[in-house]
Amino acid sequence: MKSLKSVSGLLLILTLLSGCGMFGDTEDSPTAEGQGSGGEYGATTSGYGDGSSISGTETQGYGGEQASLGGSFDDPQSPLSKRTIYFNYDSSQVQDAFIPVLSAHAQYLLAHPQQRVTLEGHADERGSREYNIALGEQRAKAVARMLEAEGVSPGQLEIVSYGEEKPAAYEHDEAAWQLNRRVELVYQINR
Amino acid sequence: MTDYLRNFLLTVLVGIGMVLPLSVQAALTIEITEGIESAVPIAVVPFSWQRLTPGVPVHIAEIVKSDLSRSGYFKTLPERDMLTRPDSPAKVKFRNWRALGQDYLVIGQVTEQRGRFNIEFQLFDVYKGEQLLGYRMSVTDHELRRTAHHISDLIFEKLTGKKGYFNSRIAYITSVIKPAGKKQYKLQVADADGFNPQTIATSSEPLMSPAWSPDGRKIAYVSFERKSSAIFVQTLATGKRQRISAYPGINGAPSWSPDGKRLAMTLSKDGSPDIYVLNLATRALLKLTKSFAIDTEPTWSPDGRNIVFTSDRGGKPQLYMMPSYGGRPRRITFTGDYNARGMFSPDGKWLAMVHANGGDYRIAVMDMKTRDINVLADGRLDESPSFSPNGSMILYASRKGTQGFLSIVSVDGGMRQKLVFNQGEVREPAWGR
Repeated sequence: MKSLKSVSGLLLILTLLSGCGMFGDTEDSPTAEGQGSGGEYGATTSGYGDGSSISGTETQGYGGEQASLGGSFDDPQSPLSKRTIYFNYDSSQVQDAFIPVLSAHAQYLLAHPQQRVTLEGHADERGSREYNIALGEQRAKAVARMLEAEGVSPGQLEIVSYGEEKPAAYEHDEAAWQLNRRVELVYQINR
Repeated sequence: MTDYLRNFLLTVLVGIGMVLPLSVQAALTIEITEGIESAVPIAVVPFSWQRLTPGVPVHIAEIVKSDLSRSGYFKTLPERDMLTRPDSPAKVKFRNWRALGQDYLVIGQVTEQRGRFNIEFQLFDVYKGEQLLGYRMSVTDHELRRTAHHISDLIFEKLTGKKGYFNSRIAYITSVIKPAGKKQYKLQVADADGFNPQTIATSSEPLMSPAWSPDGRKIAYVSFERKSSAIFVQTLATGKRQRISAYPGINGAPSWSPDGKRLAMTLSKDGSPDIYVLNLATRALLKLTKSFAIDTEPTWSPDGRNIVFTSDRGGKPQLYMMPSYGGRPRRITFTGDYNARGMFSPDGKWLAMVHANGGDYRIAVMDMKTRDINVLADGRLDESPSFSPNGSMILYASRKGTQGFLSIVSVDGGMRQKLVFNQGEVREPAWGR
């Protein structure tokens, strides 16, 4: 694991050096021809996939199962224990019921200016996939705007939309769709 | 003919009309769910083989037969009904085939010579008693399947006047849940009949929106492998790829210009998702739309002049069209409350889309001249339409119950097929050359 970490550190530095600019990032990855070894090489040779998941963001815990944050985050009585905001169909408007929840998170973030949170936008499976990516982003941005309106620094917020790619519920009915139209507040744990 | 082959054929013949089990190597199984009644009868005689080692590496006539019958245009003669199995023109007795009600006949032979296979085949008009087509080709064993599809293309074009699409490939995304509970996403490329699937990218984070370059050599796609979206362009032959776009926010919906020199895409770096065009050589980035609404899913008209995209600027997702060098977008869909993910047919006459009208999401085509919309299938959650290279068929992702699969429907809606993936989820099909 140690050696893996140093390798991933190196990967991180390399990716940072290459920046988030355009082009230039030619890399080896699984070949179409030549086949043979199936899936395993994919993760290794495509590089980014492995590098990123080891280099620090891994602890975020996707899919709602967050690593324990402790304190009020685990107390079901506290609004901080609620970290998923649900939306109506094709809508990115935050419903009134979730305003107290977001206020509580805003207060926490104001009190902890070093704390960062990722707002993950999601959509239900209906309609086209890229439109749903856009919809998920609009939902995450609506949540960000509410937090910022309460004084949270934009620097504490990160936004990513997964559209319909990471459902919370796998059924294909209205009950599942309701659970999937959401923004998850994923607190980044500083270790 | 070996017993094995006879059994195999029997299985195929019993299954005709419902299921064509192709082989265990196929990642996808194809079912014909609706065919055309006026299908033309054609007999494809098993090709004879001359080789030193026993066995037949690839059953060429079988492939040709299943290509032709899957097209919906042809009804192929079961082998057990054949009175003779000629393999050269001199051996053909046309009256035998007339008696069987066949309009056309295909025969062929394969000779192995120093590791190469020399294939010769002929297509005959049974009633006129004349040869319509004759070819001789020399290929390696790796090329046998593709050659069979190529033969299907030649026959199809000769008899229908339309280009064949059998020797083409499809790309699609699969996801499986690994034993540890982690998801694994794969971008795969297979022959159009589902054979020969090859994984070209694997990630534990979502892969999306594969788009073929017009020359069929590259695929652009979206990857979340760094837990944010980025667009990559990967060269199929080498597996090398280049990261094209990784701005903050959305990097999505890549679409190649018809000349392959530019890539339209969706970026949200300035706020709301907008349509951009990236010149791949100069790296110049042109921002096409500037609305505060969602603008996404750009697609080029085949002449490269226009771009159609999805926008909710009017409240609901609808399709808009604008000049590809910039200009005023005009709304082009007015039927239904949801029209998204437009895709032009290669001749530009049709625009396929995901269409909903207060309920199910279905694939529809719009006649670009009359602007009439025709709903093609009766799915509930259909998405990602993509045209066959000849423009006659549309491939899309579909779902019934818990099963996700790919479907193919003819542009007139008359012919339907289902491609069932053997494990996990299959989606976002893109039909390439």
